[in-house]
Amino acid sequence: MLSAAVLVAVALAYIGLLFLIAWRGDRRAARRGSPLASPWVYSLSLAVYCTAWTFYGSVGRAADDGYGFLPIYLGPTLGAVLGWVVYRKILRIAKAERLISIADFIASRYGKSTGLGALVAVMAVVGTVPYIALQLKAVASSFELLWRATHPAALPFDQLSLLCAGLLAVFAILFGTRSVDLTEQHSGLVLAIAFESLVKLVAFLAVGVFVVWDLHGGLGELFARAAADPKLRVLLARGGASDGDWAWMTFLSLLAFWFLPRQFQVGVVENVDERHLRTSAWVLPLYLLVINLFVLPIALAGRLAPATRGVPGDSYVLALPLATGRPWLAVFVFLGGLSAATGMVVVESLALSNMVANDLALPWLLRRAGPAGGDFRRPLLVSRRLAIVGILLFGHLFAVFASSGISLVTIGLISFAAAAQVAPALLGGLFWTGATRRGALAGLLGGFLVWGYTLTLPTLVAAHLLTPSFLDRGPFGIALLRPNALFGLTGLDPLSHSLLWSLLVNVLAFVGISSLGGQTAVEERQARRFVGIFRRRESEAPVWSAETPVAAVRDLLARFLGEERTESALAGWAEERGGDLGRAVYAEPELLAYAERLLAGTTGAASARVALASVAEEQPLDVGEVVELLDETARNLAASRNLAEKTRALEAASAELLRVNERLRELDKRKDEYLSTMAHELRTPLSAVRAFAEILHDNPDLPVERRAAFLRIIEKENERLSRLIHDLLDLAKLEADDPGALLEPFDLAAAVGDAVESLRQLSATRGIALEYRRDGELAVQGDRDRMIQVAVNLLSNAIKFCPREGGRVVVAAHRAGDEIELSVSDNGPGVPAADRDTIFERFRQLGRPAGGGAGTGLGLPICRRIVAQHDGRISVEDSPAGGARFLVILPAARSEGEEWNPGAVS
Amino acid sequence: MTPERLRSARLVALFLLGWLGFNTPPLRLVSRDAWVAGLPLAWVYLFSVWTLLIALLAVTVRPPRGE
Repeated sequence: MLSAAVLVAVALAYIGLLFLIAWRGDRRAARRGSPLASPWVYSLSLAVYCTAWTFYGSVGRAADDGYGFLPIYLGPTLGAVLGWVVYRKILRIAKAERLISIADFIASRYGKSTGLGALVAVMAVVGTVPYIALQLKAVASSFELLWRATHPAALPFDQLSLLCAGLLAVFAILFGTRSVDLTEQHSGLVLAIAFESLVKLVAFLAVGVFVVWDLHGGLGELFARAAADPKLRVLLARGGASDGDWAWMTFLSLLAFWFLPRQFQVGVVENVDERHLRTSAWVLPLYLLVINLFVLPIALAGRLAPATRGVPGDSYVLALPLATGRPWLAVFVFLGGLSAATGMVVVESLALSNMVANDLALPWLLRRAGPAGGDFRRPLLVSRRLAIVGILLFGHLFAVFASSGISLVTIGLISFAAAAQVAPALLGGLFWTGATRRGALAGLLGGFLVWGYTLTLPTLVAAHLLTPSFLDRGPFGIALLRPNALFGLTGLDPLSHSLLWSLLVNVLAFVGISSLGGQTAVEERQARRFVGIFRRRESEAPVWSAETPVAAVRDLLARFLGEERTESALAGWAEERGGDLGRAVYAEPELLAYAERLLAGTTGAASARVALASVAEEQPLDVGEVVELLDETARNLAASRNLAEKTRALEAASAELLRVNERLRELDKRKDEYLSTMAHELRTPLSAVRAFAEILHDNPDLPVERRAAFLRIIEKENERLSRLIHDLLDLAKLEADDPGALLEPFDLAAAVGDAVESLRQLSATRGIALEYRRDGELAVQGDRDRMIQVAVNLLSNAIKFCPREGGRVVVAAHRAGDEIELSVSDNGPGVPAADRDTIFERFRQLGRPAGGGAGTGLGLPICRRIVAQHDGRISVEDSPAGGARFLVILPAARSEGEEWNPGAVS
Repeated sequence: MTPERLRSARLVALFLLGWLGFNTPPLRLVSRDAWVAGLPLAWVYLFSVWTLLIALLAVTVRPPRGE
C-alpha cells in the first residue's frame, strides 16, 4: 500500500522532474537551438487550456448533466479552425510590435495607452485569481483524497495548498523571470508545459481505459448498464439540456481559448514561427477530442459504482481507481491532475505577472524615478517576481477562504467570462481602424462591471459572504437589479445571462463610443499598423524627432537592458545600417524607433513609449505621416469623386460625339447628294444643248422654223446653265463676302415694290393674283439689290408653286416695333413642318412646282444667306390662305422724323 | 483568388460547418433516447462530427507544396 513517505516522494519527484526538463530545455536552447522550433511542442503547450478543471471537473459536470462539459472543448476546436485567419493576425502584430501580453496588445493598439493597459491588467488579475485558486484547491484536495485512502488522520488542507503555491512560485520565477526581455521565449518552461500536457493526457486515457475495459466489459456494456438507470438514460439523451446555453458556452470557450492570459502567453508570446499554427490547428482539436473521449464513460461508471456513492463527481477520476484497489493507477492519475493544475498555474501567473509589472508597476516606477532614475532591470525583475508570489498568495487565500461551496466548473466559467470581455476591443481593434481608445475603455469597463455584478456577486452569496436576499430580491429590494435576472431577464442560466448582458453592454459601448470618433494621431497610426499588418511595408515613418543625443538613448536602454545587451544591440543596428554610432551625436529617428521596440520587449509598448519620451521628443505627427494620412483618406475620396466626375464628363463627351458624328454623317450624305444633284443639274441643260446641237449638225437641211426652235431651246438651256452657275458663284461669293461693305439705308417698301412690279407680268400670264400691302417708308440698312434679289426669289417661288387657277400671292411689308417684317404668302401646297428647316439648305427642292420648270435649288439658301448678312432671319410657316408663308424679319434702321403708319395699305 | 485567400475562405466555411454541426438544429435532432451499435446517438454524433472536422481541418491547413 501507499505509505505517506512514498506519496510525498512521488509528488516531489515529479515536480523535480519538471524542474529538470525545464532546466535542460533552457540549456538546449542556449546551445543547440530552442525546442520551441518544433510545432509539436507548440501544439502541446497550447493544451495548457486543459486544467484541473478538465481533468477532474469535466467528469463532475458530466455526472451531473451529461454532455454539458463538451462545449468547453468544441469552442476551442472552432477557434482552432479560425486560427489561421484570426489568430495569425494577432501573432503577426505581436511579433512586429514586440507585444508581450493581452494588456500590452490592447494598450498598444489604442495609442499605447497606459490607462488601458492598466485596466486590462486589473481585469485579468481579478478574473484569473479565482481560477488559480481553483487549481490549488484541486491539487490539495486530490492529494488529500489519496492520503485519506491510507491514513485515518486528515491533512491540513490550507498547508497543502500553500506548499503547492510556494513550489509553483519558485518554478515560475526560476524559469519565467530569468531574463528581463520578455520577447525572449521561455524554452525550458514551455517544454515542461508540453511535457505536462502529455502526462495529463496519458493519465486520463489510462483511467478511462481502466474504467471502461477493466471495471466494465467495454463501452457497449458500460452504456448498456447506464441505460438501465432511468436517470442516466435521460442524461444520455440530453433530456432537459438547453441548446441556447450550449451555444453560449461554445462561443464563450472559443473566446477564452483565444484570450485567456495563459493562452496568449503560450500561443503568441512563446510562439517562434507562425507556421506552427498549421500543425496546432488540427493537433490541438485532436488532443481535446481524445482527452474528452472517456469523460462521459468515467462519469457514468462513477455514478453506477456503489463504492463512489456519495462521492462528488469532481473526484470520480481519482476515487474509482482507489475504491477498486488500484493505488498506483490513482497515483498516476494524481500526477496527471497535478500536471494539469501546475501547468496552468505556472503559465497563468507568469502571464499575469508580466501585466502587473509592466502595466501597473512600471508606469508608477517611471513616474516616481523620473528619467534620471537608475538601472530599471532589477526593479522590473523584482516586481515581476513579487507579482508571481502575490498572485499565487492571493490564489491560495481565495482557495482557503472563499471557494467553499462553489464548484470547479463555476469558478472556471467566471474566469472565462472575464477573459471574453477583452474580445470586442481586441477583435475590433484587429479589423476596424475606427475603433478608438475611448471606445475600448468604455467597452471594457462596462463589460467588466456587468460581469462582476451578474456573475461574481452571486458566487459571494454561495460563499456566504453576502446574504441570499441580495440574489432573490435584488439590492435594496429592487427586483429589476437582481444579479441573476437583470431588468427582469429570466429563463437563462446565470452564465448565459451574464454573458448576454456583459457582452451586449461591452460591444454597444465599444462601438458606440468609437463611432463618436476622436482618435489621436498615435492611435490612428497604431490602428493602421494593426489592421493593415499583412499589407505593411518594411520601413515605417519614424515617430520620434531627431534632436536626441545618442548618449541619452544609450543610457536609457542600458537602464532597462543592461550595458552589455545595449552595446551589442546598438552595434548590431549600426552594422546592419552600415553606419558608425561612435561618431554620431544625435540619434536618427530610425534609431529611436528601434530603441522603442527594444524597450517594448522588456517593458511593454505603453511603458516603452513613456520611457523613451523621457529622453526624446515625440513628433506629434511628422510631415510624411500627415501626407500619408491625408493621402489615404483624400485619395479614396478624390478617387471616387474624380471617377464620378470623369464618368459624367465622359458620358457628356460621348453623347456630344454621337451627336456630332450623326451630324457629320448627315452632312456627308448631304454633300454626296449635293454633288450628285449639282452634277445632275448641270448635266441636264448640257445634255439638252448637246442633243439639239447634234440634231442641227446632222440635219443641215432642217426647215428654218424648226432650226430656229431648236436654237431657242439651246439658248434657253444655256441660259439656265448660266443661271445655275451664276447662282452657285453667287452663293459662294455671299459666303465669302464681308457683309459690312455695302451697308447704306434704303427703303425696303420701295425695293420690294420694284420686285413685285418686275414679276407682275409673269403672274398675270399665269392667272395669279398678286397683291402688295405696304406701310409707308420702311428704312433698313443694307444692300438694296440683294434685298430685291431676296424678294424676287421668294415671289417667284410663290408664283411657281401656286395653282394655275385661282392662285393668289400676297406680299406684305410693314413695321413691327424695332423690326421690319416682310412676308410672302401663297395658296400653294405649303411646306410640311418637318421640312421647314431643311428647305433653306442647298438643293432641297420640295417636289416640282405647279407651273413646271425647275429652279436651281439654290434660291432659298441664297436668301437665307443674304438675310443673315443683314442681321435678320428667315422662316416659313403655314399661310392663312392654306399655302406657305415666308417671313423675313430685318432690323429697322433708325432715322429721324420717320413715321410709322400701320393703317396704310397700297 | 490566391491560394492563401482560398484557404481562408475554406477555413471560414469549415468554421460555419462546425458551428452548425455542433449546435441546434442537428443537436436537437440527436438529443433523444436513441442508440447506435449500443452507444448513445448524441455521443456518437458529436464525436463523429468532431473527428470529421479535424480531418477536414488537417487537409485544409496543409502547407503548400514546396514549403
